[in-house]
Amino acid sequence: MSGGVIKGLIVPGLPQPLLVPEQNEGWGRIRAAFEAAREELLAAKPDVLLIYSVMWPSVIGHQIQADPNPKWVHVDELFHDLGSIPYDFKMDAEFAHAFKDAATARSLHARTVSYYGFPIDTGSVVALKLLTPNNEVPACIVSSNVYSDRAETVVLGKAAADAAKATGKRVVAVVVTTLSNRLFTDFIDPKDDRIHSPKDDEWNQKMLEFLEAGRLEDVAQLSREIHRQIRVSKVVNFKPMWWLSAALGQHNNYTGKVYDYAALYGTGAAVVSLTPSTSGVGDKEYDEEDVEVYAGNRNVLGGPEGGEVHAGPAPVKRVQAEAVEVGPIAPAAAASAAWSAVMSTDAAPKPVGAYPHARRVGDLLYLSGIGPRQPGTDAIPGGPIRGADGSPLDYDIRAQTRAVIENIRIILEAAGSSLEKVVDITVFLVDMDRDFKGYNEVYAETFEPIQATRTTVAVRALPTPIAVEFKVVALP
Amino acid sequence: MSEAKASPPGRIVAGALAPHPPHLVYAENPPQNEPVAECGWETLRWGYERLRRDLDALDYDVIVLLSPHWQTYIGTHILAHPRFESLSVDPIFPNLFRYHYQMDVDVELAEAIHGEAAKAGLVTKLMRNKDFRVDYGTIVSCHMTDPQWRTPIVALSSQRSHAYYSVEVMQQQSAALGRATRAAIEATGRRALLLSSNSLSHRHFVTESAVPEDMSKEHITNHNQYLWDMKVIQMMREGRTRELVDTMPEFTSQAITETDAGSLTWLMSAMDYPTTPGELYGYGTVIGTGNAIVGWTGSEK
Repeated sequence: MSGGVIKGLIVPGLPQPLLVPEQNEGWGRIRAAFEAAREELLAAKPDVLLIYSVMWPSVIGHQIQADPNPKWVHVDELFHDLGSIPYDFKMDAEFAHAFKDAATARSLHARTVSYYGFPIDTGSVVALKLLTPNNEVPACIVSSNVYSDRAETVVLGKAAADAAKATGKRVVAVVVTTLSNRLFTDFIDPKDDRIHSPKDDEWNQKMLEFLEAGRLEDVAQLSREIHRQIRVSKVVNFKPMWWLSAALGQHNNYTGKVYDYAALYGTGAAVVSLTPSTSGVGDKEYDEEDVEVYAGNRNVLGGPEGGEVHAGPAPVKRVQAEAVEVGPIAPAAAASAAWSAVMSTDAAPKPVGAYPHARRVGDLLYLSGIGPRQPGTDAIPGGPIRGADGSPLDYDIRAQTRAVIENIRIILEAAGSSLEKVVDITVFLVDMDRDFKGYNEVYAETFEPIQATRTTVAVRALPTPIAVEFKVVALP
Repeated sequence: MSEAKASPPGRIVAGALAPHPPHLVYAENPPQNEPVAECGWETLRWGYERLRRDLDALDYDVIVLLSPHWQTYIGTHILAHPRFESLSVDPIFPNLFRYHYQMDVDVELAEAIHGEAAKAGLVTKLMRNKDFRVDYGTIVSCHMTDPQWRTPIVALSSQRSHAYYSVEVMQQQSAALGRATRAAIEATGRRALLLSSNSLSHRHFVTESAVPEDMSKEHITNHNQYLWDMKVIQMMREGRTRELVDTMPEFTSQAITETDAGSLTWLMSAMDYPTTPGELYGYGTVIGTGNAIVGWTGSEK
């Protein structure tokens, strides 16, 4: 069975529906909504319940609960008078580690936590107690980072989908959040509970209208506006819909079901399910960059050894990158360019197709295949390997190789890097038997002290009449 | 309260800005904490040592503190169960802080503060659930001030009025809570040490070094925050505490400070804005945040 995120749930995290549902009619309806959602959840036969809780803030990256059996008696720091909540949960530690690996592969700072007594937040406790009261489905919980922006949160959602695929598990993604989050600032009689203001209620209704129509990505793209309109700035901003939409595939094609909506101490609480569908509204406006890997302000300690920056191979699939024409550019400017910037420079030979000279993704700089042609003239040092009529010509592989290396140097330095930062090279020769020795000698003049990894292959031809081309990966 | 009337008048014996980075407990390796370190953050830990030395010369019978890490969005809550005993695991740094604590609470004073605050029109609630886990900010500040836990505690939550309203409203409510705290201490005849459990600038690093106590990685997050920290420390060192409180809204917003909890404003108000110089026992950074230990240990009124 292939894994994936098969369903999304949105649930509130305040403890009233769990502890005192009888005290208010709306609290009782939310409790009933949890129970109805549980039936839908179990019918989907998931392997893992993955919770993203806005009530678990983190500062250092993203923390993922990996204790296989956390037990405690929990008390909410605000509604402690409603009673204690003993719990004995079953967690999927294997999935937690897979999620952490997937997050780090996308350059996020992530770690698992597995400590006796680690404080699981009220929202996660409430969600698990009401959705899987008998541990029917093992769970995993991820924190909501205080500093993470949309890009980072979207990447975290995609990492959740990666983990589902990698483990082959069917995952239901749950976000624990209220809609509007404005509590009353004085204690109320439970029977007097209501949404704090008509404005909050109107925005909540609009969100639910979207969600019922399956328009999750549209809600996600409204997150900042929702935050401005109906969210009090507490510890974390309104970002759960970014995560949920990214985990589910960033579209609007869902079957949405709003189980119920009610006030919880002034906030807007709803239980909603979203099941991917083959049809739906479909129209979406990507007015913000879609992001595959994270390369934000994570290395404030400086140096690769200091920050545990995970800059592994970047699984780039689709990047809406900004084209940056740089020719020539100052190294400092290049170094500060956007992480996903593509770069071309007039100081290097013009590309022969729709590709840039270089592209920075995360902490790596990828160069397109670079040959020996001279910028501006396209002349080939050492001569072309064939004439205009296709007849073979004698040529100097050493001169071509030196020209290739010089072109690479120009591009690297324009992008703020250098030959010394090259980490991997793939070399394409059109005539291995004839040219390997000469190319290899010239190569050693520059790269012997650098010790980049290298692969040399023979190819039938290259797009222009050249004998050698280098494909380079470097540190920026 | 009738007993209090027969007792010597209560008073605030001393007050201190006592930040709560769990790293300090970690680096100290006390028997209560599980993780083991080899060193780290010595300037702050030695500062706390000197504060403790000065406090040892004083006679106080309760520690009253306000912690930013007990966050209550509906009013100020006050611990009011006689004893708490549990394991505190830092939700941000569980690798550094897993601390076994036993804490006695001065319930009578807690109830008195609750009453005085209610009289002042503040929203307050007593926390009487025995299963409640005390926040790590409270525990760290108490440990660094009194590692043997000889003194009963009254812990106040941080009412996050700055989030719902503004820093200015936070200031007013915290100042009112400070006056209520002082009135309750006086009414109950307590000799109290007050602690404001917060850092100054509070922009964290978002990565961590492989060895947490690697001091080569420690520095203030940015220069602006350092300038602000020095500015307000200088105010405290010169006894310009009203000016400090007046500056608090700007400081809080510009330096992303933990004073947004209201704790330092509460302390200054409770101490009636001391004009005597505060003693700077230490300043240092912890994961980029600015932390100062400042005491008014001779400000007996």
